[in-house]
Amino acid sequence: MRGELPVTRPRPVAAPGPLRSPWARRLLILVGLIVFWQVYVAATQVKPLLFPSPAAVAEALVRDLTNLSIPRSTLTTLQFLVIGTLVGAALGLLLAAFSVTSSLGHDLLSVLTSVFNPLPGVAILPLAMIWFGLTPTAIIFVVAYATVWPIAISTDMGFRTVSPTLQMAARTLGLKGLRLVWDVLLPAALPHLLSGLKVAWAFGWRTVVAAELVFGVAGAQGGLGWYINTARYFLETPRVFAGLVVISLLGIAVEYAFRFVEFRTIERWGMKKAG
Amino acid sequence: MDAVVVVDDVRIEYVDPEGRRFTAVDGVSFEVREGEKFVIIGPSGCGKTTLLRAVAGFVMPSRGWVLVGGEPVREPGPDRAVVFQEFDQLFPWRTVLDNVVYALTVTGRARGRAAVEQARHFLRMVGIEAAADRYPHQLSGGMKQRAAIARALAIRPKILLMDEPFGALDAITRTQLQQELNRLWAETGVTIILVTHSIQEAAYLGHRVLVMAANPGRVKAVVDTDHVEDMDGEAFAEATRRLRRLLGGAAEAQAVREEGAK
Repeated sequence: MRGELPVTRPRPVAAPGPLRSPWARRLLILVGLIVFWQVYVAATQVKPLLFPSPAAVAEALVRDLTNLSIPRSTLTTLQFLVIGTLVGAALGLLLAAFSVTSSLGHDLLSVLTSVFNPLPGVAILPLAMIWFGLTPTAIIFVVAYATVWPIAISTDMGFRTVSPTLQMAARTLGLKGLRLVWDVLLPAALPHLLSGLKVAWAFGWRTVVAAELVFGVAGAQGGLGWYINTARYFLETPRVFAGLVVISLLGIAVEYAFRFVEFRTIERWGMKKAG
Repeated sequence: MDAVVVVDDVRIEYVDPEGRRFTAVDGVSFEVREGEKFVIIGPSGCGKTTLLRAVAGFVMPSRGWVLVGGEPVREPGPDRAVVFQEFDQLFPWRTVLDNVVYALTVTGRARGRAAVEQARHFLRMVGIEAAADRYPHQLSGGMKQRAAIARALAIRPKILLMDEPFGALDAITRTQLQQELNRLWAETGVTIILVTHSIQEAAYLGHRVLVMAANPGRVKAVVDTDHVEDMDGEAFAEATRRLRRLLGGAAEAQAVREEGAK
C-alpha cells in the first residue's frame, strides 16, 4: 500500500490550537469512531454476541494479552511470516539477479511471473497441504510463494533502471561481478527493492492470516488466524474483534517500520521516487 | 613527448534495437601525449563521446586499435578515470567524502585513515571540503561536478577522461570550472582528454584540439591551439576563429543534409 504524499502546499487557513497537527486530528477521528461505536451499541441494544461494545472488546484484549494467548499467537504468525518472507526474498533476489545477467533468466522470470503472479497464495494452500500435510512448512511455503513474485519483479525493475552513468562510473573504478552488484546495483535499486518488500509484506500478511484460518493449529501453537477462528467457534465475539484489532495494529506498526527505514535510507539519500 | 594514448584507424559500429548496424566513427587516428590537454570537438552525432568511451573501455572498436600505455584497451579501469556530463555519477547513498574514500579504497590506492586524509586533500583541491559530509542530492550541479573531478583525480589515473563535464552547467559556473580545471591540471600534471561542443572551451582548455566531422564520425583536423590562457588576447581570438571556420563548414553541411532529409 502506498503512503499518502505529504501536503506541502501552504494552506491559507490553519486549524486553531493543537488540531493543527495532523496526528492530533487523526487520533481525534479514531476516538470519535470508537465513541460512536460504543454509543451505537448502547442505544440500539444490538446483541453483544453479534456486535460487542468497544469496552467488551478492550476487556477481551487485555485479558488475552495478560494471559499471553495473544502474544503467543502473534509470535507464531510473525514467525511464519518472517521465515516465509525471507525464503521468498532470497529466491526473488536470485531470480532477479539471474534475469539481469542473462536473456534466458529474463524470459524465465517473465514467464514465471505471468503464470504465477495472478494466482493468490491462499489458492495454493490446498496443494501445500497435500504436499506438506498440516505442518508449519505448508504455511511457510504459501507465504514464500506469495512474497517471491513481487520481490522478484521489483528487484528486476530496480536493477534495470540503475542509471547507466552510475554503472559506468562504478566500472571505471574497476568494479565488476558480485562486487558491482553488492556495492552499486543493490543500493542503487533500493527504492524498487523496498517497494517490492512492501507489496510482498502486504501479500504475505494476508496470506498467513488466511492460511491459519483454514489450517487450524500447525505445530504447538496456533497463530492469530487460528485465535480468531477458535473464538468464533466458541462464539466469543469480543475475542474475534480483539484478534482483528491486533492484526490491524501490527499492520500499522509494520507500515511505520517501513517508513522509518525509507526515511533513514532512500529519503536521506534523495533517492525516493515521486508518487 | 611520449604518446600515452594511441588511436589507430578505429571504426566503431553500433547495433540499434531493431538490429540495424550503423557506423559511429570510422578511420579515426590520433595520439595523445603525456601530460597534455587534448580536446575533442565536433557537431552532435560525430561520435566524440563514442571515441572517449572507447578509450575508457566501455565500447570496443570493430576495426583498428586503441592503445593506452602501449597496451590495447580491453575493459574499463582506474588508470582511466572518467568524469561524465550527467549529474548522477556520484553514489547517492554515500556522502561526498565517502564517495572519494570509497573510490580510493576499492581501487586499492589507500585505506582507513590515509584514505580519509587523501580524500579531504582532493576535496580541498576542488574547493568543496566544506560540503564533505553532504549527500550528492544536497549539492548544486557545479558542486557535483567538482566532487566527481575530486573522485577522479584522487585515484591518480594515468589519464583523466572528461565527457562534456561542464555541459549541463550555467555559463558562470562553467567559466569558473574551466579556470579551475586549468589550475588542477597545472597542480597534478595529469593527461586530460576532454570532449566538448564549445569552441570557447576547446580554445581555452586545449593544447591541441581534434576537430571531428559527422556521418560517419571522422577526423577533420588536429589544431594546435597551444593552451591560450588569456581569453582577451589575439591568440585566443585566432584559435577560436580557426576552430569556428573548421566547424562552421561542418555545421553548414549538416544543416543542408538535414534540410535534404526532410
